[in-house]
Amino acid sequence: MGKSTKLRDDVASAAVRAVNRLSRMTGRGSGTVVGGRVGMKISPDLVASLSRGRTVMLVSGTNGKTTTTSMIVAGWGLPVTTNQTGANMPAGHVAALVASTSAQAALEVDEAWLPETLAKTRPRVVVLLNLSRDQLDRANEVRQMAERWRKALEGHYDAELVVVANASDPLVVYAAEVAANVLWCDVPTTWLADAVSCPKCTLGISHVGSQWHCSCGFAKPTKVTTLLGDELVIDGVSVALDLSMPGEFNRSNAAMALTALHNVGVDLDEAVLRINAVQSVVGRFSVRRWNGHVLRLLLAKNPSGFEAMLATLANDSSDVWVAINARIADGRDPSWLYDVPFEKLRGHRVYCFGDRRLDLATRLDYAQVEFVIVGDDTQVPVSKETISLLANYTAFSDWLEKSEP
Amino acid sequence: MTTICVLYPDLLGTYGDGGNGLATLERARRRGLDATLVQAGLNDEVPDADLYLLGGGEDGPQRLAADLLRRSSFAARVRDGAYVVAVCAGLQILGLTFCVEGNEEVEGLGLVDVVTSRGERRSVGELATHVGSQLLVGFENHGGRTTLHGGVEPFGTVVKGRGNDAKHDGYRTKNIWATYAHGPVLAMNPWFCDEVLATVTSEELEPLSSAADLLYQERCRVLAS
Repeated sequence: MGKSTKLRDDVASAAVRAVNRLSRMTGRGSGTVVGGRVGMKISPDLVASLSRGRTVMLVSGTNGKTTTTSMIVAGWGLPVTTNQTGANMPAGHVAALVASTSAQAALEVDEAWLPETLAKTRPRVVVLLNLSRDQLDRANEVRQMAERWRKALEGHYDAELVVVANASDPLVVYAAEVAANVLWCDVPTTWLADAVSCPKCTLGISHVGSQWHCSCGFAKPTKVTTLLGDELVIDGVSVALDLSMPGEFNRSNAAMALTALHNVGVDLDEAVLRINAVQSVVGRFSVRRWNGHVLRLLLAKNPSGFEAMLATLANDSSDVWVAINARIADGRDPSWLYDVPFEKLRGHRVYCFGDRRLDLATRLDYAQVEFVIVGDDTQVPVSKETISLLANYTAFSDWLEKSEP
Repeated sequence: MTTICVLYPDLLGTYGDGGNGLATLERARRRGLDATLVQAGLNDEVPDADLYLLGGGEDGPQRLAADLLRRSSFAARVRDGAYVVAVCAGLQILGLTFCVEGNEEVEGLGLVDVVTSRGERRSVGELATHVGSQLLVGFENHGGRTTLHGGVEPFGTVVKGRGNDAKHDGYRTKNIWATYAHGPVLAMNPWFCDEVLATVTSEELEPLSSAADLLYQERCRVLAS
C-alpha cells in the first residue's frame, strides 16, 4: 500500500467514525450506513483495505443470513467484527470494519452484492445458504442470482478460498460447483419451488426424498462434509447440536456455521456449546410485551421463510398475529403471499396487521382461514398465552421498536 | 362441473400465480357452483378443463413451458373453445414469438397474433388499467414489449405502469384474457374473477362480498391518486 493510499484510507476511516457518531447522537439513524457511504466516497476501495490482514467469512443466501452470521460470531470464541444490524451492503461492511480492529470478521452479505464483496474482502470462507424467490421487484429472477454467484466464483482466483455450500439446494450447487474448494453440507431444505427446472438445462429436476438429479447429469453432490439428520456429523465427527432457538431451518444454519468455523480451526465441541446458547438474534425469536400482550416475534419475509416459520407454530387453535408491509426493503409487490401455505393456519384465528393487512386478509379469506383485520380502533383481546407474531422485514422492525422486553 | 386447471405451477408460478386458481375456485364454491381445481405439472399431460390459467415465470422455465405446450394438446383445446387467463410469461407464450435470455427469439403457440420483443428496460411496478368502465389493479415485473397485430384487441388501457407498450395492456379474444398484471390478479380484482367465472360457466352470478372487495377498493384508491 502506498503512503498516499494509506493516508486516504485513514482519513476515510476517521470520517466513517465521525459521521456515524454524529448520526447516532442526533438520533437520525442507527449510525452504520451513512458513515460507510461517506468513507467510500473518500476511498472507494475502503472495504478492501479494511479487510486486509483479517480472517474474513462472508455469509449470503435468501434466508438465514443474519442468524448464521450471529452463530459464527458466537461460535468463534474470539473477538469478531460483524455487521449485526443487518446493514449487509458495502456501506454497512465499511462501518462494521471501521468499528473494530479484531482479526476475525464475519459479514452477512446481500445476495446481489456478493460478487463485489467477494472480490474486495478476499474472504477465507464464503457460506452459501440457499436461494429462493424474494423481493422480485428488485432482484427480478432467482436464477439470475445463481448465475451471478457462479460467475463470481469462477473468476475468483484465490486458492485459499473455501466455499461452504448447501448441497440440498440446486441453485446453490449450481453457483458453488465451479469453486476450487467446496465443503458441501447436506442439510434439510424444504423450499425447492425455485429449483424445479434445472439451472443448467431447464429440464425438470427429479427430487426423490432428499436426493435430486437432472437427466443432463446435474445432481446433488455425493461427497459431503456435513450431514444433518437427527444427528449432526461434520467431517465424520458427531456434534452435540441442541439449539435454544426454534426451527428446523436454524439447525441447518448452525450446521453450516459450524462447518465454516471448523474449517478455520475452531474446536467444534466448544463452538457448538456457544451456538446452542444463542437465544435470539436482533430480536428474532425474542419475547416482547405490547399493550398487555405477550408476543414472540418471528421474522418471515418470503415464501420459504414463512413456510419454515409456520412449521414452528404450535399445532393448536391459538391466535396468531401476522404483520405485512410492502415497503422498499420488503419488496413492493406482496404477490408472494399466495406462495405461502397459509392453509396451514386453518383452525387458528389470524389478526392481520401492517400496511398490507388487506392483501393478507384476502389471502387468508381465499385460504378459508378465520381472520380479523386490525385497524387503529380494533380491540384485540388480551391472551394469557404468548402469541406468535410473524412479520416481514419492515413490519418486524416496527414491532420490535414499539414493543418492550 | 367446471374444471379449472392451473398449468405448470412449477414453471409458471413465480409471482404467487397459484392465487388465481384458488380465487376462482373459492368464488365459484361460495356461490354453490360445482367447480374443481386441478394442477398440471411439467411431467403431466395437459388435462381436460374448461378454464386454463397460465402464470408468470423466469426465462428458462418460460421457454421450457412453451416447448412442453407446443407438444401438447393445449393449443387444440383452446382452438376448440377452452378458456384461458394468461398472465405475464403466459401472455407471451400464447403469441407468435417472445424473447428470453438476452434477445433469443422463441416460438410461441401462435394462438394469438401478437409478438413480444425485449423492452428497452424492465417494467417493474404497480399496474392499473381501464377495462371498459372497470379499473384493473395489480403489479407487473417483466422485460417484454408486446405488439398486437391483425386487429387483436387489447385487454386494458394503461392508467399507471407499462403493460404491453405503456398504452395498452394484454389482449382479449373470444376465449382468452391476457394481462401483464401478474400473480393474484384474479384474487385482487373480484370483478375480473367474476367476469371470467360467469363466462366460463354461462351462469349469472350472485354478488359475493369478501375481503377482496376491501383490498380492491384500497388499491383503486392508492393507484388512482
